[in-house]
Parts: sequence; structure tokens; C-alpha cells
Amino acid sequence: MKRFEDITAVAAPLMRNNIDTDAIIPSREISGISKAGLGEALFAGWRYGEPGSRKPRADFILNRAEYADAQVLLAGENFGCGSSREHAVWALQEWGFRAVIAPSFGAIFYANCIQNGLLPVVLDRVAVAHLAELSAQNPDKNLLALSLSKQTVMAGGEEFGFSLSATHKKMLLTGQDQIALTLELRAQILEFQKKDRRNRPWAYLQA
Amino acid sequence: MARCLFEKIWQAHEVADLGDGVSLILVDRVLLHERTGPIALENLKTAGRPVANPGHVFCILDHIVDTLPGRGDATRVPGGTKFITALREAAGQAGLTLFDIGDPRQGITHVVSTEQGIALPGLTIVCPDSHTCTQGALGALAWGIGSSEAEHALATGTLRVDKPKTMRVTFGGALQSGVTAKDMILALIAKFSAAGARGHALEFAGEAVMGLDMEARMTLCNMAVEFGAFTGLIAPDQKTLDYVKGRPYAPGEGDYDRAVRAWGQLASDPGAKFDLEISLDATSFAPMVTWGTSPQQAMPVDGRVPDPGAENNEDQKSSMIRAQDYMALGPGTALTDLSIDGAFIGSCTNSRISDLRRAARILQGRKVAAGVRAICVPGSTRVKSQAEAEGLDRIFLDAGFEWRESGCSMCFFAGGESFGYRDRVVTSTNRNFESRQGPETRSHLASPETVAASAIEGRIADVRKYLSGAK
Repeated sequence: MKRFEDITAVAAPLMRNNIDTDAIIPSREISGISKAGLGEALFAGWRYGEPGSRKPRADFILNRAEYADAQVLLAGENFGCGSSREHAVWALQEWGFRAVIAPSFGAIFYANCIQNGLLPVVLDRVAVAHLAELSAQNPDKNLLALSLSKQTVMAGGEEFGFSLSATHKKMLLTGQDQIALTLELRAQILEFQKKDRRNRPWAYLQA
Repeated sequence: MARCLFEKIWQAHEVADLGDGVSLILVDRVLLHERTGPIALENLKTAGRPVANPGHVFCILDHIVDTLPGRGDATRVPGGTKFITALREAAGQAGLTLFDIGDPRQGITHVVSTEQGIALPGLTIVCPDSHTCTQGALGALAWGIGSSEAEHALATGTLRVDKPKTMRVTFGGALQSGVTAKDMILALIAKFSAAGARGHALEFAGEAVMGLDMEARMTLCNMAVEFGAFTGLIAPDQKTLDYVKGRPYAPGEGDYDRAVRAWGQLASDPGAKFDLEISLDATSFAPMVTWGTSPQQAMPVDGRVPDPGAENNEDQKSSMIRAQDYMALGPGTALTDLSIDGAFIGSCTNSRISDLRRAARILQGRKVAAGVRAICVPGSTRVKSQAEAEGLDRIFLDAGFEWRESGCSMCFFAGGESFGYRDRVVTSTNRNFESRQGPETRSHLASPETVAASAIEGRIADVRKYLSGAK
């Protein structure tokens, strides 16, 4: 997985509540068994004109030139709710986002972010709204500086701290392979299963 | 110390405490469907990692398969056929059980799992699909994950899980006629928001919950994720045991009595503490219908669309305005004044045999209104066969419904089909998100019987008048 490195970048405000993973990447846009090729379809329903077209809607935030290089997305409550599709994270990353800042996230989306090195930052709604306003006023002047090691967001001369579990922070900073880490505990898992199997034989099925 | 149901299952599966609130949790069952499963299996293969417990993995075709009669691997989902063949091939190579097209066990993953006895009380079950929580209705700990975590579960037989907080929602009282589990969960989400259970494992309890049959309990748990919960679950009781007994993957003769004794322990102890508790009286509930683009934007069918101007929270106000604009309705609109273009009965929420029976009761001897496209997609091939044995298919067909093969179908563009541009649809599914059921389609979530009544009237209808004998 990708490691997260600190960034200073344009933040794009998309201040709606309950932005679901269907909106982030519609099912009809997922046409390959791959993590790649999804960035073009990010927010397809909002970004493009008629259904199926690729004609950009001028009024959608990511179609505006000043946000073309945005690396941080600012959003409302419960961002990434809905479907578990990890494609939502892959699409955001391929478009160029490295972090999403919102007052809250859908649980599976949040876990998928951590698995892929996309930093989910939880700030209270007042702070997110303030950052969104700064960006709306002047995105280039009010660049947002995001430090994972310090757990801070800075913009317009103000600093906001955010919390994150130590485990998630380590995963994002190191990019370590979780499966490899768990496989190191294989003996312990097998021992647990051996004992468990005696207590719950019905839970164990043969292929 | 008194423990709650969630805590008991968690502790029984805790291989290691990894610190920082994270545990390594033993995973008893991994379910994969063709949309999100193939990438996990392909990544594993690329990494040279075998599936740790192939007997515990079930691959099911539901997300991309066509639901038209006579189907094969062809699908209108762009590039879809390769998802079907990839899952089939990967399952074959890894020695995993596959419920393929044409297999009588095929159907929607969360319908099939309980139907086949793959889900059992006390098991941990994961699937790269958000509605995995449905299976918590049996007293299992079942939750949705992403493809990367599915890869982890497949490779190690475990997952690293941040321990959720605990929550209990107690529904007191008894439901009135025409009010269902779907209405209970919509009423709950409407009251406490789509993020009301965020970060919590949610136990449903109380008279109104234990009064539900097993399939209705699945409907209730299905939408725990729409409430923001980690999962939903219900303590097993005699109904659960009766439901599970004799299913293909349920414990057989030798283990059954022992399993039943173990399952008898799966209830929250008296005095168990929850991080959050809510109590509601279900007696006053009415059939619910959503008016907006989030499941929380729901209200009784006989109500009027709320006025954003009366909302104090600015965020909520702007969400309401946006939703009303999208849904082409406004403050004061009576839901029953809205004419519809489509009616859909299906999905992991409401497509089981009891759902179809209740809808058929409304449809019997009646016709779908002119101009309404009505579709019924049974939750599994087995549900379809059962319905046909009971003659329900005739009732649906005679009323003017399409009668399909099983799959996720038009809940979300599965099979590559959707309703038309800006169509207004009453649907027994779980998500009324923008464009979920088609381009700018306006989805109104409701129970299957409300969908049936609405299909007949050609507008959103109050099913209760059909139940009291009036027409």
C-alpha cells in the first residue's frame, strides 16, 4: 500500500452530507477487475452532463481550473457511506486526492482509506466549513498543509489538530503489508483454531 | 461481569489483542460475489498466497448476472462477463464453493447465506459487501469490508478489527397491521439519522423485534449499515433454531444438540452495559416511505414532505433543499399525491418468500396501473422456486409485474439494467441515493406491500386500506 507523505495542496470543497460511494464511483462506471482506470469516472454523475457522456459540467467543483490540482477533498458528514466498494478510494486516489477531510465517514470507506494510504481526517463541522470557505475564497492562496506525523491541518494561518488511532497512523506512515504482519502470527492462529475446533466443530467446514 | 451478545461473540473469536483497541479476530466465513471478489482473489494469487480455509469461503453470483429468464454469462454491465468468469475461474483454482448461474443455490449473497445455513448463530462472517450485516439476524457477527480486507481474511482466516462500541435499540410494543420490519428500520433511521449508530455494533431487542419472523429480522439487520452501524445483530431464540435446523451447511445430527446448547448462551446478560441505548415504542409506527435521497429522509406514508425552512441545522437544511430539488417535490407535498413510473420488489432487504407472499396478497386480482413498469426479482433461485410452487409467480405476472431470475438487479444497475432518466420508483430496496437505480432516478424506499399497493394505484399508496378490506 502507499505511504502517506505530508502535503501542501489545494483543497476542493464538496460540502454535502452523506456523499455515498455510489456518487463517488457509480456502479455502471466500474468495468474492469482492476484498481486502475477509475479516476476518470470519479463523481461521474455530478461531473459530467447527460448520463453516459463525458462532457464536463461547468458548475461542478472538480471541473473548475483552480481545483484541477486539488489533493485534498473537503466534505460533509458521513462521507463514503453506502456500498463497500473499495473502488471509491481507488478512484479518489487516481484522480489525485491524497486526503479527505470531513466531520465523519462511513465505516467501511474509512477502513478502505487506511488500507490504501488515503488519509481520512476527521475535523468538526465548523472547522471543515471554515476550511471550505477559505478554499472557496481563494484556493491557490489558501493552500492546505496536512501533516500526518504532527496530526495537523493548516490553512489561512490557522491550525487544526486531528485525532487518528496510533495503529492507523502507523499503517499510513509505513505502508506496511498487513497480511504479511498477520501471517507472522500464523502459529498462534492455528493453535487458536485447534482449540476452537474442539468447542465448535460445526463451525469448521471442509472444502 | 455481565456481557452483551456482541461482546460474547467477539471474545470467542479473539485470537490476539493487538493493542490500541484492535484485535485479531477469527473469521468463520468469507463470502465473495463477482463484483468485489475477483480482485481480492487475483491479488492473492499474484502475491502467491493461498486461501487459508477454502472450506469457509463461498462464491456467489448476484451483482453482475443478468436476471432475465434464460440468462447465461452475458450481461449488460459494461465488461461484466469477465467479472463472472473471473470469479468462476478463481473459485475453481482455489477450491472454493461456487453457487453459479443455473445452480439451484444461486441468489443474492445475503439471502443465500442464511438459506443454506452458511450463516449460523455465533459465527463471524465477512464479505466485501456492505449489507453483510443482514446475517446478524441469526445472532452472528457479520460485517461488510472492502476488497483489501477480504484479501486479508482469505489469506489468514482472520481480520484485524477496531473494536466497535456497543449499542442496543429496543423496540417495545407490537406492530400494527401493514407495518413491517422495513418500516421499523426506516423510522429508526429517520429519527436518529443515517449516522446514528456510527462506530457501534448494534443489537436489536424488545417485543417488536422478537415478534418478527426470521426473514423480517433479516430486513431489520440489513439496514443497520444505513444507520451507520458496524453491524446489526439479534439474539437467537427458538425461531432462530427452527430456522437453522436442517439447512445444508448447518450442524448435522452429531453436532446439532451441542450447537444448540452453545447458541443458548448467545444473549446479552441481564445488566449488560451498552455504550448507547435507545428505546422506541413500535406500536405507533406507520408504513414508511422515503421522500429524499438518504434513508434518513423518511416519513409515514400519509405524511407531507417537511419544510427545510423549519430546520435549524444549516447542514440539514441544505441537504433537504438539495434532496427536494432532486426528487422534484417540495414542502407540503403529500407522498400519496406522487405518481410513479416504476415499482421494484427485490434486493437483500426484501425479496424473501415472506416478502413475496405479502406483496402477492395485495396484488391478487388486481392490475398494475398503466404506465408503471413493475418488476419482481426473487432473492434466490430457491425463493423463486418456492414462490412458483405456491403460484405467486402467476399473481405477479397476472398483475403486470415482470418475474425474474434471482440477483441484485435494479437495486443498483446490477445486470446492467436501471430505470429511466428521472423515473420515480417505489422500491423495496435499501438505498435511495442519487442515481442509484438509474440516471437521476427518484427512488422511494418502502416495504414490499407498499410497493405492491403503489404499483396498483400508479402513485405512492397507503397499503393499510388494502388490509382493512376497503378498496
